[in-house]
Amino acid sequence: MEIDPFIFRLSIFILSIFIGYYVVWSVTPSLHTPLMSVTNAISSVIIVGAIIAGLAGNSDTIFSTSSIFGFLAISLAAINIFGGFLVTQRMLAMYKKKKKDK
Amino acid sequence: MLSANLSAIFYLISGVLFILALRGLSSPETSRQGNFFGILGMIIAITVTFLSIGNFSTGFVVVLIFLLIGGLIGAFIAYKIPMTAMPELVAGFHSLVGLAAVFVAIAAFLNPEAFNLGSPGNIKLGSLIEMSIGAAVGAITFSGSIIAFLKLQGIMSGSPITFKGQHPLNALILISIIVLTYLLCSTQSSNLFWILLAVSFLIGFLLIIPIGGADMPVVISMLNSYSGWAAAGIGFTLENTALIITGALVGSSGAILSYIMCKGMNRSFFNVILGGFGATEESSSSQNKEQRPVKSGNADDAAFLMKNASSVIIVPGYGMAVAQAQHALREMVDTLKKNDIKVSYAIHPVAGRMPGHMNVLLAEANVPYDEVFELEEINNDFANADVAFVIGANDVTNPIAKTDPQSPIYGMPVLDVEKCKSVLFVKRSLSPGYAGIDNDLFYKENTLMLFADAKKMTEDITKNL
Repeated sequence: MEIDPFIFRLSIFILSIFIGYYVVWSVTPSLHTPLMSVTNAISSVIIVGAIIAGLAGNSDTIFSTSSIFGFLAISLAAINIFGGFLVTQRMLAMYKKKKKDK
Repeated sequence: MLSANLSAIFYLISGVLFILALRGLSSPETSRQGNFFGILGMIIAITVTFLSIGNFSTGFVVVLIFLLIGGLIGAFIAYKIPMTAMPELVAGFHSLVGLAAVFVAIAAFLNPEAFNLGSPGNIKLGSLIEMSIGAAVGAITFSGSIIAFLKLQGIMSGSPITFKGQHPLNALILISIIVLTYLLCSTQSSNLFWILLAVSFLIGFLLIIPIGGADMPVVISMLNSYSGWAAAGIGFTLENTALIITGALVGSSGAILSYIMCKGMNRSFFNVILGGFGATEESSSSQNKEQRPVKSGNADDAAFLMKNASSVIIVPGYGMAVAQAQHALREMVDTLKKNDIKVSYAIHPVAGRMPGHMNVLLAEANVPYDEVFELEEINNDFANADVAFVIGANDVTNPIAKTDPQSPIYGMPVLDVEKCKSVLFVKRSLSPGYAGIDNDLFYKENTLMLFADAKKMTEDITKNL
């Protein structure tokens, strides 16, 4: 009997939770705000679903209801992707060590 | 066109890059590289999606236009936003992830063929369940984050909104979500799908309104977690590894942050979620309000004390963010350092309105991160320090948390500020903090209250140094 592919995806999911658990505990508390903004950015990889929906129609049905929701989702996710990564970068650029020269 | 297997491998790579992005945050040195990995992972995921669909007709142009619009808005916000507004920004971003998840779920429900999930009215059962979960959690994230955003912005009052029968009502709605999902899966009715969405939006709203302003660190972390679970739900629907991995990462990240925040306040997660904290305590504290003498001073006194100190510990809190005093503070510290006074910063886990909020503000003001310490790292140093300079913090310094079991904050880890030889407390008035309780520190022999706006007071002290 073959294993349902769902089981594989579930395995990936469960193992990723554990990876997330250990990786996030190792994040230094002073970087918790950038952690939140970067998780925001990466969770917007949901844009792949939006792109699939947006590109589903052929030339006559580009603006079907389903595609329109896809297009809107693309914009929302793009705000997050660009905004999230850029603001993270902006924050991280500010973290500096003490200057050694006196 | 990319084969399904090849694109799955690329999605896996992008998932791994996201893990590395979080891993990079373990220290500030590696963090910038981590962010780069994250961006790379995102570029791979998006490119692979385009290639595997292989549709580069008019639709592609439209997609690019929408992508560009969103990207421009996002980039604009990222460059304009002041660091003090970071909590609002993150709450706002969470709401967008939630809404995007809802929209993708709607698109998949209306046009399941595009996603290989069956046909309208006959969607594969597993996919429908995953879709409903993704949509419901996404909707809760959306409306919850909107409320959090409004509270943080000050558009909505930060005080908890409670009413009779709140908890039974919420429980009822949560049960109805499960029932609706079950009915939706057995009938495939689109009406039920819309009702499910509407009810989920409603519960997201109702869950956040009873939670008070200073509990926002927990709320934001929790919504962060929700946005991850919503993404994972959609990831299962789309059978997309990158999305499943990311969803799990973000989900556990938010959960851990909520846990850290709750521990920082010594409150259980449920206690925060059920809300109403801060509203009930106020009445009890006003009853036994006796007038006690406080010593208050001016910038001159403060400057004198600090000039004669050999080590100073700064305790910043949300008030510093409100007064935008971080730059003035750093200037004061620079002057102190010129006088060979050792200065360090002590950050309580729940200082500010989101995890790590104070650290970002200090970094913005060019404070080196190796002068900034967490509670456990620095708490023993207070006994050896000459001056503690409390700016915009209150409850997190209250010694009552260690002594009075009746106090609502009893057991909360606090900074041992009172062990310092002298304490300078910058505050606008004697009013109690968020927990609604008096701070014994105000009346201590060695405490000097500096009643003023944090920024102005800090500037004045610098002038007097």
